Amino acid sequence: MTKQIHLAAHFPGVNNTTVWSDPASGSQIDFDSFRHLAQTAERGKFDFFFLAEGLRLREAKGRIHDLDVVGRPESLTVLSALAAVTTHLGLAATVNSTFNEPYEVARRLATLDHLSGGRAAWNVVTSFDAFTGENFRRGGFLAEADRYTRAKEFLQTARELWDSWATDAVAADARSGRFLRPGGVTPFRHQGRHFDISGLFNVPRGPQGHPVIIQAGDSDEGREFAASSADVIFSRHSRLEEGRAFYRDVKRRLAAYGRRPEDLKILPAVTYVLGDTEAEAAERAVEIRRAQVGPQTALYFLEAVWGRDLSGYDPDGPLPDVEPNLDEGVSKGHAAFRRDRGELVAKWRALAEEKNLSIRELAIEVAAPQTFIGTPRTVADEIDHFVQTDAADGFIVVPHLTPGGLDDLVDKVVPLLQEKGVFRADYTGPTLRDHLGLAPRTPNRIEETS
Amino acid sequence: MTLHLAVALDGAGWHPAAWRAEGARPDRLFTPGYWAELVAEAERGLLDFVTFEDALGLQSSRLDEPDGRLDQVRGRLDAVLIASRVAPLSSRIGLVPTTSTTHTEPFHVAIGIASLDHISRGRAGWRPQISGRPDHVAHFGRRPPFPPQDYSPDRDPVFAGHVRTLFAEATDAVEVVRRLWDSWEDDAEIRDVATGRFVDRDKLHYIDFRGEFFSVKGPSITPRSPQGQPLVTSLAHDRLPYEFAARSSDVVYVTPRDREDAAAIVGSVRAAEAAVGRTEPPLRIFADLVVFLDAHDAAGRRARLDDLDGAAFESDAHVFTGTPEELARLLLEWREAGLEGFRLRPGVLPHDLTAITRGLVPALQNAGAFRSAYDTVDLRGRLGLARPASRYAA
Repeated sequence: MTKQIHLAAHFPGVNNTTVWSDPASGSQIDFDSFRHLAQTAERGKFDFFFLAEGLRLREAKGRIHDLDVVGRPESLTVLSALAAVTTHLGLAATVNSTFNEPYEVARRLATLDHLSGGRAAWNVVTSFDAFTGENFRRGGFLAEADRYTRAKEFLQTARELWDSWATDAVAADARSGRFLRPGGVTPFRHQGRHFDISGLFNVPRGPQGHPVIIQAGDSDEGREFAASSADVIFSRHSRLEEGRAFYRDVKRRLAAYGRRPEDLKILPAVTYVLGDTEAEAAERAVEIRRAQVGPQTALYFLEAVWGRDLSGYDPDGPLPDVEPNLDEGVSKGHAAFRRDRGELVAKWRALAEEKNLSIRELAIEVAAPQTFIGTPRTVADEIDHFVQTDAADGFIVVPHLTPGGLDDLVDKVVPLLQEKGVFRADYTGPTLRDHLGLAPRTPNRIEETS
Repeated sequence: MTLHLAVALDGAGWHPAAWRAEGARPDRLFTPGYWAELVAEAERGLLDFVTFEDALGLQSSRLDEPDGRLDQVRGRLDAVLIASRVAPLSSRIGLVPTTSTTHTEPFHVAIGIASLDHISRGRAGWRPQISGRPDHVAHFGRRPPFPPQDYSPDRDPVFAGHVRTLFAEATDAVEVVRRLWDSWEDDAEIRDVATGRFVDRDKLHYIDFRGEFFSVKGPSITPRSPQGQPLVTSLAHDRLPYEFAARSSDVVYVTPRDREDAAAIVGSVRAAEAAVGRTEPPLRIFADLVVFLDAHDAAGRRARLDDLDGAAFESDAHVFTGTPEELARLLLEWREAGLEGFRLRPGVLPHDLTAITRGLVPALQNAGAFRSAYDTVDLRGRLGLARPASRYAA
């Protein structure tokens, strides 16, 4: 059977994928940029619009990293405003489970679900670092080993809060004088390792029951968490073979939780470049990669991996001969460089030697290859092939330009996917769960709960 | 000079039986259209701003615990998100949500309100509020139990000390939020292609706040917003909250019973400003009033609502019942006591809001006491407050 493709739009983020030096690059903070991207995604009948999160500005060598876009708004606040200027598009917020509490997060997500008519999604991320913790009351209170136990219990607790209001709890019947139905709101009590809370939740159950849950973890623990609890995985595996392996691995974990393969959608993050010909697209792709990895950014990548100040090295010269300092990190708040740096150094050296690459050429080679490069026709075919051969259920598209970075995909590729019959020509329901083909959360009626 | 007028939006209105009144829309309280229509009506009336109430627990008629009542509005949406939901649908009116200084992280509040200011192009305000309820503490499980609330004249010293602590913490929370709002200088974003730098990091500042209750490093993750410092407002009934307002706020809402009381309260607020050594422009003092407005027999309507609820309506604020013209006269008289404006709490929505925008406002305009068009887009400017430079700017 032909699978239907799911597409999501990622607002260009605070990393070097986003090209801010392009004359067409607009504001990263003005609401009009968010509006443009979201409305473009909705014009393309995308499933949802996605905002990332980072609760501390990234640092390099003890100072704020200034080479990439810096600064962004609070996700849920922006998504609630976008709900006013879109009608069907899902609205996905990344919200940290470490520097938040379930009562507040559950009520903000339920609020977004109400204010968007059932379009809210929550990307549950787990951070643990004391670096981010310096902006919060509890500081770096959580050990890395506990980040998933907390995230799991956080999500479980949020579900208990959402479920504490029956679907039909609000009667609002002026004649009888019943605002709430008897038994409609049940007190909650959660006693666990991370949370010991009780009382009454104060937001009625949202149109979706529970917002769509997204998870991005890639470790064994992260995959298990996603298999047990998530509706969507934001995956990093955007190459065909590794995508298939990841897809198989995660989908096979679902049965243990009584879930079917279609209950969890796997959406790798992808980038793309279009051209009128293959050659033109390839040429544009190189130009974009060069803009993404300027000389300073190339050195920064190497410094992050080497753990040393390399400012004396020429970005257009050979790789540093100095050995990496694996005990020290120079980069903070940048998840990609946390692990396996020794291995990475060896790999990069071998690659540079083999292809005779300078520092910058190497950085371009390893840091920023686009996923789909070609004419609208070849990109549409490739997207379809990925999905039909089970490397993905769809994609989270990460444009490199704000705010126009999705325009050509929506204008040129989406119609081809629609022609093929693998992507919706229009929305068939009002909620994000409808778009994703997810079963509604079991309604929770008073008769059943009391 | 124009009087300043704000409206406090909460659920179906401030009377507990408001949701049962004629014209009420109780089945729409949790829909975006309900809030968008109320804010559009307030903007049609050229009001300065609307406030959105909030709390981290279910409404209750009891001070310390849930009341189990099914006959009053229960449940509410997050105020910051309601404000941002209506921001793109309005263009001039200020949007002032409430958040808790007791349970909500100041960092989250700072980026939420700054984002609201970006989205609304300079119309964001904030109402920080302490949360003293002992039952709400258990929703978070992060603090030792709170003592029972006691607002009697000779209050329990344990509770009095507890409230002092909550206000001290609130003062620190506002300080952190204000520092975070200043932590990006206005021209921090440079996009210098030659050096590859998006920002000038010398214009991003660690706030390095260390206090008794929390420490926050900074800088904010959100660039400085159109107003720089969104408008901070707080409600106060007593010396301690007057001093909190004098330290932390731009606008204070007070609750006089009559004109003489208003004069006395204005004196107390000015004394509080002197006591804390306020250097900012003087507090804009707004009186809160609950209003039931009709051309005929507003008192009868209020009495019928009281009957439905089974109790006479009471409030911390003066309750006005009468015609819009009578209210206009009262506001102009009270204003003489030194008030810059009023925050009106409609008894019933949308009835009493519409009476404000279509009855009270024309009456004030006829008296030459209210604007006939919006002059500024930004909320600070409307209240005569300049856009401050970042405290960290060299």
